[in-house]
Amino acid sequence: MAELSKKNEPAASVDATPNVTGVEVVETGSETAAIEALQAPVDRGEPILQVRNLVKHFPLTQGILFKKQVGAVKAVDGISFDLYQGETLGIVGESGCGKSTVAKLLMRLETATAGEIFYKGQDITKLSGRALKAVRRNIQMVFQDPYTSLNPRMTVGDIIGETFDIHPEVAPKGDRRRRVQELLDVVGLNPEYINRYPHQFSGGQRQRIGIARGLALNPEIIICDEPVSALDVSVQAQVINLMEKLQDEFNLSYVFIAHDLSIVRHISDRVGVMYLGKMAEIGTDEQIYDHPTHPYTQALLSAVPVPDPEARENRERIILTGDVPSPANPPSGCRFRTRCWKAQDKCAQEVPLLAVPERFKGADTPAAHESACHFAEEKDVVHAA
Amino acid sequence: MTLIDESPAPQGAGDSGTPLLEVRDLHVEFHTRDGVAKAVNGVNYTVNAGETLAVLGESGSGKSVTAQAIMGILDMPPGRIPKGEILFRGQDMLKMSGEERRKIRGARIAMIFQDALSSLNPVYSVGFQLGEMFRVHRGLSKKDARAKAVELMDRVKIPAAAQRVDDYPHQFSGGMRQRIMIAMALALEPDLIIADEPTTALDVTVQAQVMDLLAELQREYNMGLILITHDLGVVADVADKIAVMYAGRIVETAPVHELYKRPAHPYTKGLLESIPRLDRKGQELYAIKGLPPNLTRIPTGCAFNPRCPQATDLCRTEVPALFPVTEQDGAELAGRGSACHYWKETLHG
Repeated sequence: MAELSKKNEPAASVDATPNVTGVEVVETGSETAAIEALQAPVDRGEPILQVRNLVKHFPLTQGILFKKQVGAVKAVDGISFDLYQGETLGIVGESGCGKSTVAKLLMRLETATAGEIFYKGQDITKLSGRALKAVRRNIQMVFQDPYTSLNPRMTVGDIIGETFDIHPEVAPKGDRRRRVQELLDVVGLNPEYINRYPHQFSGGQRQRIGIARGLALNPEIIICDEPVSALDVSVQAQVINLMEKLQDEFNLSYVFIAHDLSIVRHISDRVGVMYLGKMAEIGTDEQIYDHPTHPYTQALLSAVPVPDPEARENRERIILTGDVPSPANPPSGCRFRTRCWKAQDKCAQEVPLLAVPERFKGADTPAAHESACHFAEEKDVVHAA
Repeated sequence: MTLIDESPAPQGAGDSGTPLLEVRDLHVEFHTRDGVAKAVNGVNYTVNAGETLAVLGESGSGKSVTAQAIMGILDMPPGRIPKGEILFRGQDMLKMSGEERRKIRGARIAMIFQDALSSLNPVYSVGFQLGEMFRVHRGLSKKDARAKAVELMDRVKIPAAAQRVDDYPHQFSGGMRQRIMIAMALALEPDLIIADEPTTALDVTVQAQVMDLLAELQREYNMGLILITHDLGVVADVADKIAVMYAGRIVETAPVHELYKRPAHPYTKGLLESIPRLDRKGQELYAIKGLPPNLTRIPTGCAFNPRCPQATDLCRTEVPALFPVTEQDGAELAGRGSACHYWKETLHG
């Protein structure tokens, strides 16, 4: 693991990108300010969540009696990002890129191998016991599958009310039922459904129950792991609208993890693109979708089928060859190089840093956002030529 | 055992006049504890050689059940086909004997399923499963069948096919497994392929590869293709014509360009407006209110009426037929139909 945090060192001297290189950096005020100016033209104040060089390796073992580690699945391998109050950060990527592991790490459902997650300046990867419980109240999660994430033997009231058993300070005992009914009303369900069981609801309604459970403790951050991908198209829009409404109402910050790029664009203020445990590119939705500079982002965007047959003749399609390599044995250098049409020797030797590419540095263009590619160049693949 | 040419379906009948496949007024129902679920309620469509028909619908719209009825793989009971005809090259398959249908299934009409991992047998090698087609339908020897399997894997662009032919399904990635499913469907060079959500379980970059492959092979063999999906994006990329299903009925049919530009049914219109766009940031999404109906209690009149913003008393009492859709001046729009009493208002604004 030690060699991992080192690999980004060569360019750590570049001054505009100190806190997103792999190297642990003690932040000074001026540096953070400089980065914020780059990342976000609007002043968002202090980030509510700062992720720094987060790593999660799952060990691969051999032997039955004497287990010895023979390798590791590098699910998340050094990613950094910030989340601001009231914003939605979308994280996209294909299956196996580590986006769900990031969600679990943020929730502390998995313990990070290395790296830090600062919630209001406090590193939550080191917390335990009562301090961890207090933080967890403020970071809640909405899961993908509304069919398996609700206990079929509990009523809706019990499912949502259970959160108050763990955090009794939020709602006093006599008040819980009323509070649950209030929550049902907030997510657009009839408060009289409180005694029903999950199977009596449709998929969209179940996801609303999941959202009500996530809201119960008045959290500041909600991690949404593919919250609408199990829903039908006509119901998806209802749930997305509800989530946007709740965000405004309660000033929530979302980390919105999904593989559907159109939905992520719709809901997100900023978007990060992950590939094989690394962040390939991160920026505002306009920067990523209209001015992508990383070849993987370009390929990913160009592969999305757009519901407009006119566009099928006019759009450039980049069809990638092959599959995503195994995270147990990722390629050296840039992880995308095995599928990249631009790859050269440099890509095999040097890990590209997530930073504003040299050629765009200081330029006042939407292409000037962080992209981990040696040969970053802007290319619009979404709009018809 | 039998060679294709001896199969009962008359060969040349199709090309002129008779379509490759014609579904006429098909009804399918399931007997459940809660009553009779009417999954398909009078579906009509035709597919010609070389044509791609996309059947679009949400879960429970009857799109997959229709496909299963065509393939003859419906579970009966609890399923039942009380009414309807499925004509393959002019012959009603519902009237055929089990033996006759078996000769068509796989050889003339093949199917690609959504989840390749659960559709492939985990305890047999991929080569064995691909070769089975040739052994059973064509009576080839084990050795010849294996050679055919390698050839097929090559054709669907699986790298190093000769080495991988003895691998098991779990040793392949999701995209590769779906290619094997496509290879299996293509094995006997069928006239019609039914692809039921073939790329739903795949990542976008792989999805693009697989859809391109499917489209390429379809062109090469001049096959008919029924593409069943809920994804409006995938449809726009490959289909020639579209049938939109809702609660077991076709509510709108149209050539692909027409449908996206000018939908003539409020449900289609709502669907198109409710999906976010990749190429621009929109305002709040339009959401169709309510939920798809329970199939044991489909609303009277138009099944969409409780969710429709422009429903009237007429919609609540009378089931709309699939009306032919025309221009304002009455000029015919080929291939267009809408099962809405107010299609004129929907189409012409």
